[in-house]
Amino acid sequence: MELLYSSSVGLLVACGVFLILRARTFPVVLGLTMLSYAVNLMLFASGRLSLNQAVVLGTREAYADPLPQALVLTAIVIGFAMTAFVVILAIRARADLGNDHVNGIVPTPKPTKKGRKS
Amino acid sequence: MALLWIPLLSLIGSLVTSMLGHLSRNKLTAVALSMPIIALVLSANLATDVFDGQVVRYSLDWIPALGVELSFRFDGLALLFVFLILGIGCLILFYARYYLSQQDSMAKLYCYLLLFMTAMLGIVLSNNVVQLWVFWELTSVSSFLLISYWNHKSEARNGARMALAITGGGGLALLAGLLLIGNIVGSYNLDVILQNRELIQEHHLYEVVLVLVLLGAFTKSAQFPFHFWLPHAMAAPTPVSAYLHSATMVKAGIFLLARFYPALAGTELWFILVGLTGLITLLIGAYVALFKHDLKGLLAFSTISHLGLITLLLGLDTELATVAAVFHIVNHATFKASLFMATGIIDHETGTRDMRKLNGMWQFMPYTATLAMVAAAAMAGVPLLNGFLSKEMFFAETLHQQLLGSMSWLIPVLATIAGAFSVAYSARFIHDVFFNGQPIDLPKEPHEAPRYMRVPIEILVALCLLVGMFPNLIVDDILQVASSSVLGGNAPEFHVAIWHGFNLPLLMSALAVCGGLVIYTQRKYLFQFQASLPPVNAKYMFETFIYGLMDWSREKINAIENGSLQRYLLLMFLVVLLAAGWPLFEMHQLVGNKQPTEIDIHVGIGAALLMVGALGTVIWHRQRIVSLILISIVGLMVSVAFTRFSAPDLALTQLTVEVVTVVLLMLALFFLPQTTPKESSSLRVLRDLFIASSIGVVVGSICYALVTRPLSSISDFFVANAKTGGGGTNVVNVILVDFRGFDTLGEITVLGIAALGIFKLLINLPLFMPSCDGEGRPWAKERYPLLLATISQALLPLALLVSVYIFLRGHNLPGGGFIAGLVTAIAFILQYIAHGSKWISERFTANYRKIIASGIAIAMATGLGSWFFGRPFLTSWFDYFDLPLVGQIELASAMLFDLGVYITVVGATMMILASLGKLTTQAITKGKEA
Repeated sequence: MELLYSSSVGLLVACGVFLILRARTFPVVLGLTMLSYAVNLMLFASGRLSLNQAVVLGTREAYADPLPQALVLTAIVIGFAMTAFVVILAIRARADLGNDHVNGIVPTPKPTKKGRKS
Repeated sequence: MALLWIPLLSLIGSLVTSMLGHLSRNKLTAVALSMPIIALVLSANLATDVFDGQVVRYSLDWIPALGVELSFRFDGLALLFVFLILGIGCLILFYARYYLSQQDSMAKLYCYLLLFMTAMLGIVLSNNVVQLWVFWELTSVSSFLLISYWNHKSEARNGARMALAITGGGGLALLAGLLLIGNIVGSYNLDVILQNRELIQEHHLYEVVLVLVLLGAFTKSAQFPFHFWLPHAMAAPTPVSAYLHSATMVKAGIFLLARFYPALAGTELWFILVGLTGLITLLIGAYVALFKHDLKGLLAFSTISHLGLITLLLGLDTELATVAAVFHIVNHATFKASLFMATGIIDHETGTRDMRKLNGMWQFMPYTATLAMVAAAAMAGVPLLNGFLSKEMFFAETLHQQLLGSMSWLIPVLATIAGAFSVAYSARFIHDVFFNGQPIDLPKEPHEAPRYMRVPIEILVALCLLVGMFPNLIVDDILQVASSSVLGGNAPEFHVAIWHGFNLPLLMSALAVCGGLVIYTQRKYLFQFQASLPPVNAKYMFETFIYGLMDWSREKINAIENGSLQRYLLLMFLVVLLAAGWPLFEMHQLVGNKQPTEIDIHVGIGAALLMVGALGTVIWHRQRIVSLILISIVGLMVSVAFTRFSAPDLALTQLTVEVVTVVLLMLALFFLPQTTPKESSSLRVLRDLFIASSIGVVVGSICYALVTRPLSSISDFFVANAKTGGGGTNVVNVILVDFRGFDTLGEITVLGIAALGIFKLLINLPLFMPSCDGEGRPWAKERYPLLLATISQALLPLALLVSVYIFLRGHNLPGGGFIAGLVTAIAFILQYIAHGSKWISERFTANYRKIIASGIAIAMATGLGSWFFGRPFLTSWFDYFDLPLVGQIELASAMLFDLGVYITVVGATMMILASLGKLTTQAITKGKEA
């Protein structure tokens, strides 16, 4: 199970990093979201994986580690706030600059490769 | 306590004068003068103890945990400087009253001057070296303000900048030196440092310390090769030049040398560095001064030369040389300040300071002329004046040193030559200005200065004469205490006397006077020679250097920051790869020794879905809607994983956040293009794939190494105390609202700030108005489907009920403010989707900013509330009550805190989504109109 969990985290990180390195804002936002999934899962795993040990007192014999859970809980919410901020920044950048390239300028497009723009 | 008041009074004076610009000049002067006069009385009062050989100390705790305190120390050397700073300061303040023209702001000058006075007093009184350094930098800053007093003049601005760059730079070197000393000795207390001479001098970093401290002192005291800022600082008003650049600030460097003399001096390196720097500065200053046509320029270089003389004295290995240095500090301050003030009068009454125009002033202002001539004679070292005495001591001490080994005889010779030049430029000051024919082409008709403008000069010149004639009566005692604190013990036996009989120093003096007069009479040839030399423009060199440095930095910055986010991210990821990957290769075994758990079928399916979702998102990332759907599968699987691995709170949070995120991204897609053009070359894709998979492998390996090792956690504490200390059985929630409540408070604040930032970004957004979707289909006319509208309306009370339930049970079962807040927000958002923001705003008017603010305020108030019960911030309280019908319930202050969290989360989420959603409505409406 540990191996499967870790490889999922690794895959999420890889996909996230790849998307973040793309040139347009939307894939970058997706990449950030993916990366924050991976980071949350990894932080969570620092409490180790445990089945059926939810930390509600009086219900179990042994409990999972509650501290990483508390930290990850706020991380999820803040992660949402940051994603939202980046998304709005992307919208604003598109509105102000006229394109959605992360560098703010579309690198001299070759005529054949120019995509459809609304 | 009285000690603290000395710097405090001038600081108060600085603040008060800055606010009294509307007073008449006389009243303002009286206010400004009152503070240093009281301080002078206070210090005279303390002086009796110092003369008895005591050191007065006062300290006030500042940050006791770090050993930082405000600490003052009043010994002989400090006494001498305090008198100098306050005494001359008073005269300057008085003089400035008559010097400034009606257009100049008197309050501004007084404010800066008193601020500077505070800084100087702070330096000489500090008993803590870091505190000393703070005051040291404050003199640089206040001096910058004073030099640029006439900030409409470019030379004032440039001069101020140059002075700040040089003295501020030296200050940084000094800080490094002082920190090293503190490190070596183990204390920043000056008392301790001065007692640990051996410890410092035997340390292997002694040379570094010495060079750093000397850099600070030499830049401040305008020693070669840092001397060039002083002449440019002459763009300041003359009272400022008289005070800062002759009597006090430039002496701060000298003071530093004297202050650390007991701890740092005595080594060969000290004598070589200090002595030679002083000697070179003495010669260069004296030589260049002769050729300056500007009166203040002449005085500036003469000051450089005299500062060199004092430095040289401190670099001579005899005790009497130190006494002579202290003596010359006082003498130079008196005659130089009076000369500057006399120059100010001449400038004031004639409109120029150019000696080629100023001639024959004796006939117009005989009284000022007499005063200036006496002061200039003191500068030249004429007998019966104070300058003669200390210069005589200087000559005598140059004969008793071994600085240059067998070539040590050079020093008295060079000293005599410098003395001759000093006589020559003094003679020029007297003869050129007051005699030598008639004035040429003066801007103003010259006349005598106002009566009171001359008073400060009269006082100083009287002192020159009195000290020169009765040295034993006036200066013996103060010299005794000051030099004994420089020498760190008892001062040698000495007698300042006018007549020592016919001896070598007297011969040197005589030679200097005769030589100087000869040089002056033959100056025509010297001027011709000087004119034939290639010009050295220090200002030009300095500016070339500064601009070169700026260009170089700009080039480097542009090379790194080329504006491409992709490149920054790439570099960052490479750094991450290196930093995180490297330690893995040094690890022996990746897998730890924890018993692995079996894979079950549910986890297997979940992981497979997650991987498919993630890979699919990457593969179809240019189809934006498709990738959005695929990534939501990933998010769903993440929350399933949390459920499976015993984290119900996380699962609920992830699920709700997932919903709002997807709604948000859907809204965002309205304003962004629907598809991503194919831009990256195959090579680039390959490169990115390589980097991404490397990082993935590294992170996955670290994660694997982490989860396969046994856990030792601090969480047992939380589990053990959640019920008894926090009153809840859901430990995760108790941690959030109780144990680590301060963290949570910070986090909801961040949430609020992010929401406000988004609100701000959306103001005045120039809208893109897509009239159709990515495939070219126009938007549906029926925007609010009836089915959804009906169901969502019915769902709203139910959803709110659920969120209240989740909120209330949060302390004991999975739930809590964060999750309940998100559920509420989703319920509202559904209404927006189903009905549109116009429909909502007709029924529900809420200011989300106020909601966020009140949420944070409630959480904050809960925390502050514990202060009323004498407990630390955010201490929680709970108890059980019996209510009729309901039964036993628990009330906890943490619940109120959680309410704050709930409200903030609702407010922030709604603000983000509703403000964005409103824009889409506007855009569609506008699009239709267009």
